[in-house]
Amino acid sequence: MKIIVCMKQVPDTTEVKLDPVTNNLVREGLPSIINPDDKAGLEAALRIRESVGGTVTVVSMGPPQAEVALREALAMGADEAVLITDRAFGGADTWATSSTIAAALKKIGFDLIVAGRQAIDGDTAQVGPQIAEHLGLPQVSYVESVESVTNDSIVLRRQFEDRFHIIEVKLPCVITALSELAVPRYMSVSGVFDAYKKEVVRITFADLEGYLDKANIGLAGSPTRVKASFTKQPKGAGEKFEGSDEEAVRLIVSRLAEKFMI
Amino acid sequence: MSKNVFVFAEQRDGTLQKVGIELLGKASELAASLNQQVVAVLLGENVKEAAKDLIAYGASEVIVVDHPLLKEYVTEPYAKAVSAIVKAYEPEVMLFGATSIGRDLAPRVSARVHTGLTADCTGLAIEEGTNLLLMTRPAFGGNIMATIVCAEHRPQMATVRPGVMKALSRDDARKGTITEFDAKLTDADMNVKVLEVVKGSKHCADITEAKILVSGGRGVGAPEKFAMLRNLADALGGEVSSSRACVDAGWVERDRQVGQTGKTVRPKLYVACAISGAIQHLAGMEGSEYVVAINKNATAPVFEAADLGIVGDVNTILPKLTEAIKKYKAEKAK
Repeated sequence: MKIIVCMKQVPDTTEVKLDPVTNNLVREGLPSIINPDDKAGLEAALRIRESVGGTVTVVSMGPPQAEVALREALAMGADEAVLITDRAFGGADTWATSSTIAAALKKIGFDLIVAGRQAIDGDTAQVGPQIAEHLGLPQVSYVESVESVTNDSIVLRRQFEDRFHIIEVKLPCVITALSELAVPRYMSVSGVFDAYKKEVVRITFADLEGYLDKANIGLAGSPTRVKASFTKQPKGAGEKFEGSDEEAVRLIVSRLAEKFMI
Repeated sequence: MSKNVFVFAEQRDGTLQKVGIELLGKASELAASLNQQVVAVLLGENVKEAAKDLIAYGASEVIVVDHPLLKEYVTEPYAKAVSAIVKAYEPEVMLFGATSIGRDLAPRVSARVHTGLTADCTGLAIEEGTNLLLMTRPAFGGNIMATIVCAEHRPQMATVRPGVMKALSRDDARKGTITEFDAKLTDADMNVKVLEVVKGSKHCADITEAKILVSGGRGVGAPEKFAMLRNLADALGGEVSSSRACVDAGWVERDRQVGQTGKTVRPKLYVACAISGAIQHLAGMEGSEYVVAINKNATAPVFEAADLGIVGDVNTILPKLTEAIKKYKAEKAK
């Protein structure tokens, strides 16, 4: 089985800090990581390979430095890594991104495509389903466990807010992983060593000739555009009290009573 | 020529979901700015009755696709039906709830009809002059807000989280039409097999519905100490929620997580207990009407978002506060 794992390199937003003076994001020194949902997807893919055989190819679209994330995936045990990178792809929204990735996947081939549900920097959850649509494949998103897998179908547990579905889907298909799908393994020492011997294959726009229309890539191929961005101001502190517990409790109770909350 | 503001009105087991009703409220505002109509799209099996409710909440037309294949949500039959409606009616704007259904369906439809989609919007407005939909959403952990436009493709599509927009009050005197639409669904559209549907699953109270939330952060110290928060929540008649750190540590179930990667809540009262107030957390609770924050660290960012900040230890304050509230309520009841 040829398993593809779509990954994104993201800034570790749990480490995001604000500049107390400008209230802007402090970007310096922000570590980059494999997006958590994608990493869970990679772990699930490695386990599927262990159970039915095949290969795991990790694919990322991004700037050249995204190679670091792909090498980490190789060190975890992925067989091949592909970086889709070209200035022409810059500024793509989810529609153009998914068109580009879908074209690359058409070229490299697949049986099962695993993506993370969403990336922590954008939180859109759109690229996985959009890749599925561009490739005309069935999709199962919000996957929280793989129940069983054979070489031609897979049974998944799909999470909703108030229920779950057990869904059987024939390959090829796209699934999107929740972070609880699988706890990622650590890189092994030999894996790290091997990861730097392996080649990260680069795919540029020129490599996708015949698969991808220039009108569908990058900023120009993106239906949406950022018109403005601004920092959000916190609503502003109210009253603050420091004193004994008893006084604090009295103050809370009186405020809640004034506002008819108790 | 594209026209009208469409809302995908999500239903589960025939029950309309709150988020769709909320979206009708926002859609009414947008449609008024555009001088157009609000149209609700309702998919399911035997759901026609619910169409009247959508009119009472602001739709002037409801397009119903009633089909056995739409009983439970499955991507392809739903995507095919919604795409067919989009092609037939050419909406100017189309809104979806940012639920595990809307976030699966909307991207699929946007790719199929070749238009843009903006996820998890917290603000929607019509720009004067251009009449474009301004879609504002938090980005990069919630600190930066971005306003997105989709100038050349239609419909302009957005998802909105539950609890963000305000519903109109129900008015049964509102008039509207109900149209049945044949989406030409066939068994071949069911390209996956749903082997089992398990309702309820492990899930507990819905924190987005709670009027009062007592929320704990890493500073609570240990999972068993959440009992203090539970006691206070019981005394207040509320629910317990938490920050991401406690969920990641396994202290609290994931569906109680408030914040950018959890849920957006806007209760009347939010009591933040030993929550430092990372921006990702604040993004999920800043719509709360009144925020009380208790934290040992006087410089914790949570105080910036609190109406009442108490510098102190939750371990000693919470039990006392619980008793005081019980006492107050008991006296008031006399």
